[in-house]
Amino acid sequence: MNAMSQIVEPLPLLRVTRLTKAFGPVVACRNISFDLYPGEVLGIVGESGSGKTTLLNCISGRMQPDEGEVAFATRRLGLTDIYNLPEPDRRRMQREEWGFVHQSAREGLRMRATASANVAEPLMNMGGRHYGRMRAETERWFNRVELDPARLDGQPRLFSGGMQQRVQIARNLIHGPRMVFMDEPTGGLDVSVQARLLDLMRELVRDLGLAVVLVTHDMAVARLLADRLLVMKQGDVVESGLTDQVLDDPQHPYSQLLVSSVLQI
Amino acid sequence: MHNEPLIVVEDLGKTFVLHNAAGAAIPVFQGLRLDVGPGECVVLAGESGVGKSTLMRSIYGNYLPTSGGVRVLHDGAYVDITRAEPHRVLEVRRRTLGYVSQFLRVIPRIPTLQLVMEPLLENGVAEDEARERASALLTDLRLPRAHWDLPPATFSGGEQQRVNIARSFIREYPVLLLDEPTASLDAENRAIVVSLIRRALAKGAAMIGIFHDHDVRDAVATRLFEVVQFKAAA
Repeated sequence: MNAMSQIVEPLPLLRVTRLTKAFGPVVACRNISFDLYPGEVLGIVGESGSGKTTLLNCISGRMQPDEGEVAFATRRLGLTDIYNLPEPDRRRMQREEWGFVHQSAREGLRMRATASANVAEPLMNMGGRHYGRMRAETERWFNRVELDPARLDGQPRLFSGGMQQRVQIARNLIHGPRMVFMDEPTGGLDVSVQARLLDLMRELVRDLGLAVVLVTHDMAVARLLADRLLVMKQGDVVESGLTDQVLDDPQHPYSQLLVSSVLQI
Repeated sequence: MHNEPLIVVEDLGKTFVLHNAAGAAIPVFQGLRLDVGPGECVVLAGESGVGKSTLMRSIYGNYLPTSGGVRVLHDGAYVDITRAEPHRVLEVRRRTLGYVSQFLRVIPRIPTLQLVMEPLLENGVAEDEARERASALLTDLRLPRAHWDLPPATFSGGEQQRVNIARSFIREYPVLLLDEPTASLDAENRAIVVSLIRRALAKGAAMIGIFHDHDVRDAVATRLFEVVQFKAAA
């Protein structure tokens, strides 16, 4: 064993330390810590009201926690507490280095702008001025997410739910982010549409080496996409570990209940 | 040539606790020790229910052992699968530690050839080379070429099993766990799998396997290991 064969441990992309957030007397997230590494897909599972969406909002810079730290390895500064950044810097980092796919396309898209305007907007935000080049890139992403380029100038409000999610995904990946947050991205879709969207997401995550934080209450989605899981219950992370370990050999009473409640077909 | 073991199982214990069944505890084994070196294929022996699959899954990190450790030699250094960070375990599984089960647990909508190429693509092998190697292996396994562009969901049990085997052997893992890989295969296909296993052993792979088929077992085992000798008291 020589020095050459030693592996350099990668640095975390996101480091969450002792994060707590309460709404009045209700603690939505209690003392939560974890690291996320480049290329890693972290699933946050639990039933509604467990605090998983609050956790997602806090770590994605959308809601300041009461206590604790959310540090992200920005391209310019390295690991930095995002809530210590001046507001404009934080917004720029969110725009340039992150993506956020919402459950509802209405939250993630301008429904009356064209689909191509929605997808190209992150490029314009990053200073893109060359119309032809942005149009070509937008078309490339339409093909990448398997949308018909004939719909480039259509309005998302006229698209099906599955197509709207594809527009959202293209919009959130076109600028080359290193981390993407997803809140129930396949929730509310028909099962067959959901399945095709999951295949696409799985492929994109692998090809682009994205780090993803994925909130879902669907254990099948978690098993398909996530490398590891945090199981939340009433604001606490009650169990964490490799996805297949948490699902096949859950340790905590709540995780055991959650896994055994999934209907088998 | 060094001969340090590729798998070191140390004082491993596993007890299942079913919290939603009044906290019932089901002890499986305790204090289990096992080393496996390069070129060795250790076959787990004993009746069903003795904990053979539980041991395999604990070594893979799929089950969480109650005590002890499992060290796997990865890039020249040991990684304790039971304690390593998830991203580290996945890294070990990607390049060093493979698991072949009797069930195909893959996404049913992806074409067969793509499924077999996938492990290579994940490890950074170029598309053309991955396609070539996957085609060669599927040909070795006699899976009809007409099937290659179809997802395996509608294949027979034996055909799915061969896709599964192709996915596992294409990566040439140094450490391989085989959980009844020949369960649903006919004699001819069993013989092909036996030759794949022997080829990997000759290249220095370390293996632990469960085989109910005695012919296969005798053809690949370098020694037998009785799990029952470490049976935990109930």
